[in-house]
Amino acid sequence: MSIATHTLPRVLTGAGPRPLTLQQHEEFFGPARMRRDLLDELGRSGLTGRGGAAFPTAVKAALLRDQHARKKFVVVNAMEGEPAAHKDYTLASVNPHLVLDGALALAGAIGASHVAICVAREKTVMINHFERAVHERERRGSLGVTVEIHTPPGRYIAGEESALVHWLDDNETLPQFRPERPSILSIGRAPVLVDNTETHAHVGLILRYGADWFRSIGTTASPGSTLVSVSGAVARPVVLEIALGTPIREILAAAGADTAPRALLLGGYGGTFVDGSAVSTPYANELLRPLGASVGAGVIVVLPQQSCGITETFNIARWMANESARQCGPCAFGLPALAESLGHLAVGGRDAKDALALIRERSGVINGRGACRHPDGVVRLVQSALSVFADDAERHAAGHPCAHAGHSRFASVPRLELEHELVWE
Amino acid sequence: MKRRNETLILRADPILCDGFGHCAELAPEIVTLDEWGYPIISTTPLGAARSTSLRSAQLAVRGCPRQALWIEKVEQRS
Repeated sequence: MSIATHTLPRVLTGAGPRPLTLQQHEEFFGPARMRRDLLDELGRSGLTGRGGAAFPTAVKAALLRDQHARKKFVVVNAMEGEPAAHKDYTLASVNPHLVLDGALALAGAIGASHVAICVAREKTVMINHFERAVHERERRGSLGVTVEIHTPPGRYIAGEESALVHWLDDNETLPQFRPERPSILSIGRAPVLVDNTETHAHVGLILRYGADWFRSIGTTASPGSTLVSVSGAVARPVVLEIALGTPIREILAAAGADTAPRALLLGGYGGTFVDGSAVSTPYANELLRPLGASVGAGVIVVLPQQSCGITETFNIARWMANESARQCGPCAFGLPALAESLGHLAVGGRDAKDALALIRERSGVINGRGACRHPDGVVRLVQSALSVFADDAERHAAGHPCAHAGHSRFASVPRLELEHELVWE
Repeated sequence: MKRRNETLILRADPILCDGFGHCAELAPEIVTLDEWGYPIISTTPLGAARSTSLRSAQLAVRGCPRQALWIEKVEQRS
């Protein structure tokens, strides 16, 4: 059975109760061959980063290839701090070898001597899967590069690339300020290529089957397949592999979700709410852009008609505010203040009217003033909520909160960590 | 000819900044403070040499207790 003959699944091929062993992996996909023209092939494939920013993978890799350094790193970002995303976990428990193939191929293409796989230390199952895969490879023979598994603390901000590299460099999961873009992160003096787990897995496939095969599904501007994590008003949260450009309604139907929702949260917890009418939109960045949304990290949270968007936004914003690294004033003080006003609005008490005005004012002030994009994401979330749930917000502000205010819990939010529990190293 | 398109702007490192607020005192026409005391820097470019706005930006840079401010040359987008 060859994967090249059927369309989907691609990266999730061979899903079973256990992750594929190296032998099974090679039976499915054939041995990985090193190709010299990998970056050209990636460029033609149009693969973009699957971690959220959708930056062209080939461009980023070429930037690193052109760096002259004795030592270079390839980092697999399997932190997955988004509470609603489970794609890296799914990928690791289906086929960690595909991710390793991609990472090793990219290391070869940019001339890197080290591969670092970063998994949150709380996700022990995922660490196990990667350790087993690396061990299997090492038993077979030398890999040519040093492969290490690193386990930073699993905070939301720890998955931000500069925070992750900061941790590898200096044991602190705090984002770095990078005034010029594009910037090249470095561990000591060694430049670092950071890519999402899923991106590495796609590289592992393009390596074997080429760009034309990759482009055979998806849209022209965003080719290929992607993993989506659907949660919220679903029978059971699932991770699906879909062709980019699939109408959202079909994704929801395949996930067993409510296909006539009140609203959807797209991208992640720093993403955007879109109205329920957006279900007919194809799921691809260029077609979601008119709605102000993006594919992001492939998160879809379904909010049914029986939910309160303001309460959901408050829950997410409060948690996101607590996840701030507290380095920059606008994020450390602005986000909790924003969340507090949202709380007043969600309850709809006597402060609600002032709270709505304050939310508008504060969300206008915070944007773009942090070292990383964490505050911008929260502001984007809050502003999209105010436009999608505009009527609800007005009713809350007038003191008539909807029936589900206060107890609507469709977006899963972890427990808030207390100040003394925050671990950065 | 190329130099014509370059302008100067005042920039701040948000991690270094601790919200002392000296910049808003020294360069009130460029910097305003938000409700938590952190600077909001205007995006309009500073004037040419010896202009008031450049002068006060330089004062703000020198007066910042955290040394979080600097003046940067940027290509003007036309």
